[in-house]
Amino acid sequence: MKNTIRQVFHSPKFVIGFIIFAALLLTTIIYPIVVATDPLEMVGNGNFFKPGTYVSVKDAVEGSKYTLNVDVQSASLGSKISAEDKEAMKEWLVKFGGVAEADIDIEDAEGLIGLWEANYSENAEQKGLTSSKKKYYVRLNKNIDGILLNNDVIIAQENSETGELEQSASIGSQEFVNTKDVANRRTFILGTDNFGRDVLTELVHATKTSLRVGLIAGVIATLIGLFLGLISGYVGGVVDDLIMFITNMFTVIPSFVLLILISYSVGQNARGVNLVGIIIGITSWTWTTRSVRSQVISLRNRDHVNLSKLSGHSMMRIVLTDILPYLASYVVMAFILQISSGILAEAQLSMLGLGPSTSNAATLGLMMNWATLYAAPLNGSWWAYFPVVITIALIAFSLNLMNTGLDQVFNPQLRD
Amino acid sequence: MSDKRAECLSGKGVTKVFGMGDKKTVAVDHVDFDFREGEIVSIVGESGSGKTTLSKMLLGLISVTEGDVMFQGKPRDISNGQKKKEYWKGIQAIFQDPFSSYNTFNKIDAVLLDCINMRGGKNLPYEEKFAMMREACSFVNLEFKELTNKYPFELSGGQMQRLMIARIFLLKPKILLADEPTSMIDACSRATILDMLLKLRDEINMTIIFITHDIGLAYYVSDSVYIMEHGKFVEHGSAEDVILRPKAAYTQRLINDVPKIYEEWDLSTV
Repeated sequence: MKNTIRQVFHSPKFVIGFIIFAALLLTTIIYPIVVATDPLEMVGNGNFFKPGTYVSVKDAVEGSKYTLNVDVQSASLGSKISAEDKEAMKEWLVKFGGVAEADIDIEDAEGLIGLWEANYSENAEQKGLTSSKKKYYVRLNKNIDGILLNNDVIIAQENSETGELEQSASIGSQEFVNTKDVANRRTFILGTDNFGRDVLTELVHATKTSLRVGLIAGVIATLIGLFLGLISGYVGGVVDDLIMFITNMFTVIPSFVLLILISYSVGQNARGVNLVGIIIGITSWTWTTRSVRSQVISLRNRDHVNLSKLSGHSMMRIVLTDILPYLASYVVMAFILQISSGILAEAQLSMLGLGPSTSNAATLGLMMNWATLYAAPLNGSWWAYFPVVITIALIAFSLNLMNTGLDQVFNPQLRD
Repeated sequence: MSDKRAECLSGKGVTKVFGMGDKKTVAVDHVDFDFREGEIVSIVGESGSGKTTLSKMLLGLISVTEGDVMFQGKPRDISNGQKKKEYWKGIQAIFQDPFSSYNTFNKIDAVLLDCINMRGGKNLPYEEKFAMMREACSFVNLEFKELTNKYPFELSGGQMQRLMIARIFLLKPKILLADEPTSMIDACSRATILDMLLKLRDEINMTIIFITHDIGLAYYVSDSVYIMEHGKFVEHGSAEDVILRPKAAYTQRLINDVPKIYEEWDLSTV
């Protein structure tokens, strides 16, 4: 036993899979201790806030200011004018401004705006432009003027007696605040989702829930499969026929359809995390049963089983001590795969809206479901679904890698 | 010959059929036999002649399709687990392949302790159990000290097979079914193991049913010989009669097939 475990940890595939899985598991355990916020707390007041650090504008305005002699214009020009606007500017300059296309570098915002300022005129001959397009260029020009205008921002406060606005401070363009001085900051490493929840916190909790669903499904499927497989293989005869009949019936009906039907009939309100795990478990035991049965059949005629019978051991004892240990490695492998397929099944179910009820816990599948429902892939909010996809892929990858590693250790033919 | 000796195991019309319909194969076909107490009987035949199937039926590991097996003069009753357990106190076996005869997850001590427990020594003090195990090991020239806390796969094939004999020594059954106990073992260990089996027979007056394909070996160890071909006994009698004066053609062939060191091997009969 000790030897086997040592051997298992010498398999690089198993070790890599184990490390990835352990890292995911530890994150789901440690992260909630460090960040104790409610994963389903709706922090953001709106859909899909970009990843990044958010600082309070009021705090920033009121905080102590530092004047930095840096070029603030090019950075703001670069980010305030969109790529489409830049394209449009280039097009106008080439067509009507008489600038050669080679002279225009669209990446260099400052140069582009310089050319624009020098060449653009509202009244220039603009043949072939629709009037709406002409108006668009007028607006764009005004916009650029506004950005170039380097006026201070004036802060006014309402006088409580007269109700008039009085200037209290002005902020020049060279003035900066240190983000550390701003009292109210919140970092969303992975932004927020459609409900305004912190995606990272939600993701960690969802991973934990999904692992639990997978574990419950895996344990149930493996136990049922193992139990039926052992009985069917060892006892044989009518019992075997009966169990195999039931197993074949379950195999023929696509288990995912069964899963959908059961999930649907249970009802939205009753479907908790554990129940979904149980439902997945009781629909996915068939192939464990089949393979355990075939292994038991080949084991039950071995000499050591005969010897055990001759030593007067009971059937229970023979199954537990002479057959089960020989299956253990296989069962562990099947269990690992069952966890992995349980997690995937939960994700699939949730994508269809048949996952756990949504009010109290997030799962990886539910996060995908929400992201799809709120069109995250269409509006470019990659952070709402991509980390989820990566997490599911990592879980499945690590479990499968562990499985392959175990297979290599236990099956000498596959050893390299 | 040894008809004065008490009846031990006998059978009438014992048959085993596997499968049904078109796929039916008759592995053992209406065989009659009569084994006496203290006798060494060899059942000789080629691979596939039904020797192992017969031995499994005699052990009660597989059911008998047809026919009766008598144990010590009475029809044997193995209808339930308790009765089987009782039957197995009287009949034990050594299998062909020592490497697959042991549960590799159990230590050697457990194998021997099982035997003591089966002989009703469950509540003996620990020292006494150890003394019995030590005695059994020394009977087969093994050091119990070197075996304790070891797993079967840490031993050599010969040691494992000797441990099997130690097991029989502890169990002291009426009948020992040795299913080719030496075929997986080198020639030197083979002689030792056969000697031990004979010594054990003398010690506890046990019947040994020796199943082998090696007719030379059968001549060397046994009192009487049964020759088996395609599930039937074609000839039986005392070892001298059968092997020195064979009547059946099949026996003649088996004898001719034994390789002899000083003679050229006649392959034309194979």
